Amino acid sequence: MSVQPTMPKSWRVDTKPHKFCPGCGHGLVLKALGQAIDELDIQDRVVFGCDIGCSLLAWDFFNVDTVQTHHGRTNPVMTGIKRANPDLICIGYMGDGGGYAIGSQHLVNAATRNERITAILVNNAQYGMTGGQMAPTTLPGMKTETTPYGRDVDSTGYPCQGPEMVAAITREGAYVARASVARPVPLKNYIKRAIENQMSGNGFSFVECLSTCPTNWRTNNVETINFVEKEMTKYYNVGEIKVPDPKEPLGIKTSIKVPTGGIG
Amino acid sequence: MTDKVIEQEKRAFLTGNEVVAWAALAAEADIMYGYPITPQNEIMHYWTRLAPRYNKTFLQTEDELSAGFTTVGGVLAGRKAFTATAGPGNTLMQEPISMAEMLRLPIVVVIQQRGGPSTATVIYSQQEVTMTTIGGNGEGMRVVYSTSSHQELFDYTIKAFNVAWKYRFPTFVLGDGYQAKMREPLTLYDPESRGIELIKPEPYVGKEGTPGLDRPPAQYRNTYSMEEELYEKLTDYMKDYNDMAPAVAEYQESNVEDAELVIIGHGIVFRAVKAAVDNLRERGIKVGYFRPVTLRPLPVPQIKELFSSKKKVLVVESAFGQLARLLKEAAYGSTAEMLTLFKPGVGITSEEVEAEVEKILA
Repeated sequence: MSVQPTMPKSWRVDTKPHKFCPGCGHGLVLKALGQAIDELDIQDRVVFGCDIGCSLLAWDFFNVDTVQTHHGRTNPVMTGIKRANPDLICIGYMGDGGGYAIGSQHLVNAATRNERITAILVNNAQYGMTGGQMAPTTLPGMKTETTPYGRDVDSTGYPCQGPEMVAAITREGAYVARASVARPVPLKNYIKRAIENQMSGNGFSFVECLSTCPTNWRTNNVETINFVEKEMTKYYNVGEIKVPDPKEPLGIKTSIKVPTGGIG
Repeated sequence: MTDKVIEQEKRAFLTGNEVVAWAALAAEADIMYGYPITPQNEIMHYWTRLAPRYNKTFLQTEDELSAGFTTVGGVLAGRKAFTATAGPGNTLMQEPISMAEMLRLPIVVVIQQRGGPSTATVIYSQQEVTMTTIGGNGEGMRVVYSTSSHQELFDYTIKAFNVAWKYRFPTFVLGDGYQAKMREPLTLYDPESRGIELIKPEPYVGKEGTPGLDRPPAQYRNTYSMEEELYEKLTDYMKDYNDMAPAVAEYQESNVEDAELVIIGHGIVFRAVKAAVDNLRERGIKVGYFRPVTLRPLPVPQIKELFSSKKKVLVVESAFGQLARLLKEAAYGSTAEMLTLFKPGVGITSEEVEAEVEKILA
């Protein structure tokens, strides 16, 4: 009799094994998320939104209500749901291309508006689903399909510091962290705190997860772990970047005349 | 609970944008998401002033992509959600609208057309017909009402919410900058006092019970890995759409039977067409008019009948033939000669229509 590791209760057993490539980090991030949902006992209140890119494969991953959105548009869809029904716990799930490139305006503005949503962003340093092109997170010198001679920082810039940016533009109350699939315990703890922060109404909550893509990195087991632990951490500091302080009053009250066209 | 927005009915003298805000309230819309663009801004301005009195909310987003996708979110949460835009904003809005088509989400979008292409003018056009009816990467499974007066802006905004939630296709009120900005008298009313039952929204996500225990999880995707799966889905959708079409398609016609020439126009241009027909008839000239109220779905059987029974029609629009193109498709195989009066981005008066008719019938 073989012993299987326990799946989180909130996982959908009938859609396992999941659809990600062998060695992909998505499974670890989604396991941590499943554990956090279980521990917080919120399976009946969570709305999970996944982006386009590899994250779309998570559309039937959990036994929670789920929406697959468009590339980069998960943050506004989650925002729209949360604004319409604040009792729901909205968790957006996206890749680095969705969050930092095509949907960067949505990340920036959800953060500055302090939307009470949780965004989980998987950083595997390239576009996985489309076949391994350069992403905003690609490391200097790293070879991808669109940087076959290595990323040239003079012409394409340096790796995007997403959590640091979000920390810089959010008010007190936001939660911002960078986790890594190489360290599953803090990964789960950060995700759990990011959800708790939404539940207590503090503000925008954001966790970037350093992750693996052996398919497009063209790495074996040892090289894969080595890349996420040793190479990526040269540019990306893992840890909590911003934890919420007591809420500050936001906004300034103004009084304006209310014209109604003479009716009402 | 809040009081009724309008008790029975009330005469008012309002701008079109203001009318839309009142109509959304009367239709019991819950939330508006929007991004500023002229000439639709005052819809937001009036909504933000009125909404808090009735426990309604508003979110100003970072762009029209976000306005559209937050509206999608609002509908998913089971609320009557809407947005409004124009011109380049309509272009951006096509992406969220295509998601609404794929997931059959009843978003309501008010378009106040401005000049195009590009930024063009903030004033007026009928150049967003093609984009509003069949924009996006899909099959144009939408309902589009083209209004021609403030009373219609009120009537059809209310109707748009009902039709959207009944059939679950994205639904549009297609106005224009003239309708948005000018003031006109109309009657505001409580829809229920006129026997209009307001359809209640239902949540797509966040339903009762724990997913996996009490019920299956509600899971929605817009990505398909198999061609056949997508084909099957879209075949079902198109069947629903075609089944819906006869019940939803609307048109108006007058003096067609003995007419030597039938003039076709939609939206505010229809008013010039109607005035021209009235004036010409007074002078004994045999003309009639046909006006599609829904541009999507079009009243296809009536258009076919018209184009088969008449020798000549004159299509009048403030665009280079965006309505004409739709009509040609609907009338395919019919024999009427199609004459045109196209003035993209500018208004058309009844005098201009009359002069054109006189030239044709001379």
